[in-house]
Amino acid sequence: MECVFGLVGEGFAIVAADTSAVHSILLHKNNEDKIMLLDSHKLVAASGEPGDRVQFTEYVQKNVSLYKFRNGIPLTTAAAANFTRGELATALRKNPYSVNILMAGYDNESGASLYYIDYIATLHKVDKGAFGYGSYFSLSTMDRHYRPDMSVEEAIELVDKCILEIRSRLVVAPPNFVIKIVDKDGARDYAWRQSVQDVTTAAV
Amino acid sequence: MKLDTSGFETSMPTIGFGCSNDMLDGFSTVPSFDLPRTTDFDGFQKEAVQMVKPAKGTTTLAFIFKEGVMVAADSRASMGGYISSQSVKKIIEINPYMLGTMAGGAADCQFWHRNLGIKCRLHELANKRRISVSGASKLLANMLYSYRGMGLSVGTMIAGWDETGPGLYYVDNEGGRLKGDRFSVGSGSPYAYGVLDSGYKFDMSVEEASELARRSIYHATFRDGASGGVASVYHVGPNGWTKLSGDDVGELHYHYYPVPPAIAEQVMEEAAAE
Repeated sequence: MECVFGLVGEGFAIVAADTSAVHSILLHKNNEDKIMLLDSHKLVAASGEPGDRVQFTEYVQKNVSLYKFRNGIPLTTAAAANFTRGELATALRKNPYSVNILMAGYDNESGASLYYIDYIATLHKVDKGAFGYGSYFSLSTMDRHYRPDMSVEEAIELVDKCILEIRSRLVVAPPNFVIKIVDKDGARDYAWRQSVQDVTTAAV
Repeated sequence: MKLDTSGFETSMPTIGFGCSNDMLDGFSTVPSFDLPRTTDFDGFQKEAVQMVKPAKGTTTLAFIFKEGVMVAADSRASMGGYISSQSVKKIIEINPYMLGTMAGGAADCQFWHRNLGIKCRLHELANKRRISVSGASKLLANMLYSYRGMGLSVGTMIAGWDETGPGLYYVDNEGGRLKGDRFSVGSGSPYAYGVLDSGYKFDMSVEEASELARRSIYHATFRDGASGGVASVYHVGPNGWTKLSGDDVGELHYHYYPVPPAIAEQVMEEAAAE
């Protein structure tokens, strides 16, 4: 099942997500990137139904861009998170989206932040959060080892600990993960953790 | 959950009335066996099978390789346990350089692929250039997403060749859209994946790739009851698609696994006429 988790450190935020696209017992794809760049300094890691996940996050992304074009300045992470939650809440009792989101961002005024938004439009600003079956293992691991003043290397060690725990204890553990980071220099890929490589990626 | 043993109740022997009780004595204990102490004896296996049950009774596959995209499908249409047709065209020609595969509801797939073809042509006329495979699959995914929850059943792959080279996308009725190098869709898809994954290399020639595609469809039709008929194989290259072959899977079986002629041990001769 889909595993998404993230944490905030000293001046940065990290999110990790599994990269498998699953359909009942079939794994269609094991390198599907579920963490989207919302804008230069925001990341959205989403898990949920395949159509909803892509369509809703792209909708949020386009609206965030629109705000920037109209007003000349980008939205803050808090504003983007509240917008997202508002959209989920409005749709909830009509045509609900089944998407869980962790939104990470960096603002010059307030530093790095992480927002937990679930499919019924709950919104919390958190230091660490997780969704999916993997959360049963990663939340306690993060609770045990997390400190607010962690460096990037320490945070990546903690993320790897969580990935290892998920891989060893979850019965249908996803083989591959992607890790992305956002800090004052922007949002970008940090690393991929792959235990199963697709044969074509080696050749191309 | 209490074990439902009503199926094991035996009805009273009907020989009782009117006859003497002597006959009953031998039948007083009906043969029976001990049941395991579980709450739902049959249910767990049924649930597992139901989950994988052919919602889309077909086998289609497509993969990208060095020389383009190979697309293959079976041709059986089934309604529950009834085979309604063995000659359904499951590879739909959207335009001369793009193919779509059909899995799920036949009407849904045919209609929406035709609709997609119309949209692609309109795009060409409006923009004076062909639509990309990514664009075409996004158009289809958005259309299907707007109908989500309304009971459409479409599991399709859009394969084509555009300016960026060969492209392959999987699109389904839930609005999911995946870009990939290798997909198989339908009830027979796990079987097809088994053969396709183990035989796949990026550097294959067109003949090797078409043989791999044909073999994968054949093996899926062998194991999956909802797949069968004719294995069609298409190739999409830089100049568009061409149909490579269409072989009946029954004939393919004896082609791959010929039966050696048996030598009769004893020959029966005609009885001499009296």
